[in-house]
Amino acid sequence: MSAMMKDNESLADKGAIRIEDVVKIYDPDGAAVIAVDHCDLDVPAGEICMIVGPSGCGKTTLLNAIAGFHDITSGAIYLDDELLCGPEKPKAVPGSDRIVVFQNGALFPWKTNLENVAFGPLMKGEMSKADIYDKARKMMADAGLEGSENNYPGEISSGLRRRVEIVRALMNEPKVLLFDEPYRALDSLTKSVMHEALLEIYYKNKVTIFFITHDLEEAIFLGHRLVIMTSRPCKPKKIVEVDIPHPRDYSVLTSPRFKEIMAETKGLVIEEAKKAFEAGEKEG
Amino acid sequence: MNFTKLKKKLNSRATVRALIAITIFFILWEIGSRSEDLFGVRFPWIGLVPAPSGVFAAWAGLLGDSSYWASWYLSAKRVFTGFLVAMLLGIPFGLYMAVNRTFNGIAFPTFEILRPIPPLAWVPASIIFWPTAEMSIAFVTFLGAFYTIVINVLGGAKSIDTRFFQAAESMGASQWDIFRRVVLPATLPSIVVGSAVGMGITWEVVVAAEMISGGGSSGGAGGGLGFFIWNSYLGGSYEQIVVGMLSIGIAGYLSSEGLRKLGGYFTPWLKTR
Repeated sequence: MSAMMKDNESLADKGAIRIEDVVKIYDPDGAAVIAVDHCDLDVPAGEICMIVGPSGCGKTTLLNAIAGFHDITSGAIYLDDELLCGPEKPKAVPGSDRIVVFQNGALFPWKTNLENVAFGPLMKGEMSKADIYDKARKMMADAGLEGSENNYPGEISSGLRRRVEIVRALMNEPKVLLFDEPYRALDSLTKSVMHEALLEIYYKNKVTIFFITHDLEEAIFLGHRLVIMTSRPCKPKKIVEVDIPHPRDYSVLTSPRFKEIMAETKGLVIEEAKKAFEAGEKEG
Repeated sequence: MNFTKLKKKLNSRATVRALIAITIFFILWEIGSRSEDLFGVRFPWIGLVPAPSGVFAAWAGLLGDSSYWASWYLSAKRVFTGFLVAMLLGIPFGLYMAVNRTFNGIAFPTFEILRPIPPLAWVPASIIFWPTAEMSIAFVTFLGAFYTIVINVLGGAKSIDTRFFQAAESMGASQWDIFRRVVLPATLPSIVVGSAVGMGITWEVVVAAEMISGGGSSGGAGGGLGFFIWNSYLGGSYEQIVVGMLSIGIAGYLSSEGLRKLGGYFTPWLKTR
């Protein structure tokens, strides 16, 4: 538990991720590309953990392993001390305790926003349909999405779409939200709005956030901790505590401490970006 | 559609443009057809085509003729039978090839060898192995739509973004849920496109098949708009040939328009793009 975490008493008590000596090698019998190399990382429950690294450094590989979309070559990943994947079971089973918010969004275009938000509970079938839709409506209203329930995702702005997707994820009451550069395609102004909205949602819902980004400003603004990754193979290069108290708003962006942390970390990130650039890495 | 909406549509720029274009088309055609009378020189090609005034006169005469409408009925029946069977077999076949790798491995190569064979090349063979001429025409029509529908369904289902599967799986969807709530709706737009293209091909094929299989002489079957055109040609009624051609144009347009409407009804989210 970091010092920062103690300031915020509303943190979730579930959703701790432990990554132990994880290695991921693509095509081990052929090209043998090492995407993740002996990676160790502890994410305490309720933390916003920002994984920062250049595009294609292998951080998405790590996220996919946690989500259960891909297997790992060796090592183990635990969620609240329960094994997700390890030597006996290289691929985790995808589950609603870990929901991914995708880079390009994965709302179903053929379902209305409300139907999208209700999807998870409907699949589980533990609540009545009426209760599910009531809850979905309420959660959408809480996230400022009132009025777009019956629109299709294609009818609303990309910023709102991201919000619908986060609400859809939260409907599953996940322990962990896995963000795969969700705001990559947004302009910087929309991004700022999205960041504040995300924090607002985070303060209301107890979750752990594992957030992948290559945007350092985004990382410092949102995160309790930054985990700066080395470029392929991917492993933590430096872990930085962001000792700016939550709740935060946009004024943080111009605070001296924000700038100090920025100055501390910028060089490290650029160094890795240069390495990735020279290696000519493609999107990973 | 209510009256104001209709009025608005009739007054819209697109409608006016379309009407003007069609009118000019007929005027130029009329002038071309009568070029020998008008200018003393027969224009190449168009000078031999019956003038629209003659065509419409012939058409007016046919409107009360039940055998003309019987031709419509017979062709439409063949088109829709072939088309519906192609949908009923083609959609599940394409979907199953998309989701089952083993089945795809077995079926796809054979499918790909048969696909390039034009439906009309099947006419003699199908006359041999189907008991009636009617069935062989329906079979050839079916082939016209089947390949297009299958290839569209297969392509559509295979190009579904994996994110959708991953998201659905994370949220607890079963394999059946994923098929019903992801694969099927995600493939619907391709099904609609495949059907519209398939419908067009079906009209092309039915007409040719009817011309080949002939009229009432071949086992009680025959007739249809294709036979109508061929018969008019044999009888030297050139106006009626054009009437038959235009009739197919209208029939094809109505079928495609109907399919588009139906497709739009099943894929409401596409209207928002």
